[in-house]
Amino acid sequence: MQAVAPNKARTPRAEQIILFRIGGQLFAISSASVQEVRSIDSLTGICHEIPSTSVRKVRHTVRRNDQTHYVVNGTVHFGIPAAPASLVFFLRHTPTALLIDSIEKMTTMTYLQALPLAFCHEERNWYRGLTPLDQTVVPVVRPEGFLSTEELTLLDTAVQELKKEAKGSAGAPE
Amino acid sequence: MSVVTEIALEAFVLLRLGERRFALKANQIVELIAPSRVFRFPHRTTALEGVILRRGRIIPICDVSEQLVGKKLTVRRFYLIGHRLFGTQKEAIALPVSGDCELITAELTPRSESDLAHVTGWLSHGGDAIEVLNLEGLTPGPLATRAVSPFSHPVAEVRA
Repeated sequence: MQAVAPNKARTPRAEQIILFRIGGQLFAISSASVQEVRSIDSLTGICHEIPSTSVRKVRHTVRRNDQTHYVVNGTVHFGIPAAPASLVFFLRHTPTALLIDSIEKMTTMTYLQALPLAFCHEERNWYRGLTPLDQTVVPVVRPEGFLSTEELTLLDTAVQELKKEAKGSAGAPE
Repeated sequence: MSVVTEIALEAFVLLRLGERRFALKANQIVELIAPSRVFRFPHRTTALEGVILRRGRIIPICDVSEQLVGKKLTVRRFYLIGHRLFGTQKEAIALPVSGDCELITAELTPRSESDLAHVTGWLSHGGDAIEVLNLEGLTPGPLATRAVSPFSHPVAEVRA
């Protein structure tokens, strides 16, 4: 009898995930990808507005542990109706601070199916895959998918220019 | 003197979209199932409306009726699950259909150059000339060229 070839799309090991909502939509993220969860209120005073760029989903930065994090509006990123955010995820291995509505719960996923190939646009960068969970199907987000390299370059440039302007105005005679 | 021509008959599944019938090669069909819950999540592939869960597998749904008959289906009786090729990889895709499906054998007339990209050939059945559909030309996928349909609207999507 011939052995059945393993399906590469399946990930049999269990993984801790956080179920959360953006604009009312349910998403999942690996809990290992989230460094810290904070309330929006706690960002008051450490949040800085940045000038308008073509990256519409980012309007603010947060300086934290000597690193600049870009605050990503999840509803703009996913193109879903705006909703007031109450929490922010600081993600690991990416300078992204993601605004979310709420955390639903923490749970374990045992099966992650690769996004079907028929989905052939930006969503391929957004999601690691889909997981069936509690009679529903939840997209599992890719932390690096919120800001592309091009978007990060644009944002870095905008922040650098802002710093130069600030230095210039501080040094200018009154 | 009589000339005997060998006719190559193939198996096809006839599907109904509104008033019109189309065909798919039977070897591309997995099963016909009753409509089940559609799970939706944000994405940018406008031809797909979501996914269904079938025997633990997640299958995208692609309503091709707008492309083929010019309007979305108001009544969905079944989902026809077919296999679509993505290069060498085969994946299931669910097509909503509005009526019963029928398995027939018929002779395939190959497509001509003037046929649209979603047509893989023609067959004659019950007095009708029926388009045999090319799933790769009809449903979205990466590294593909867009199918041109008289009913298709200019969208940013890329199709085979």
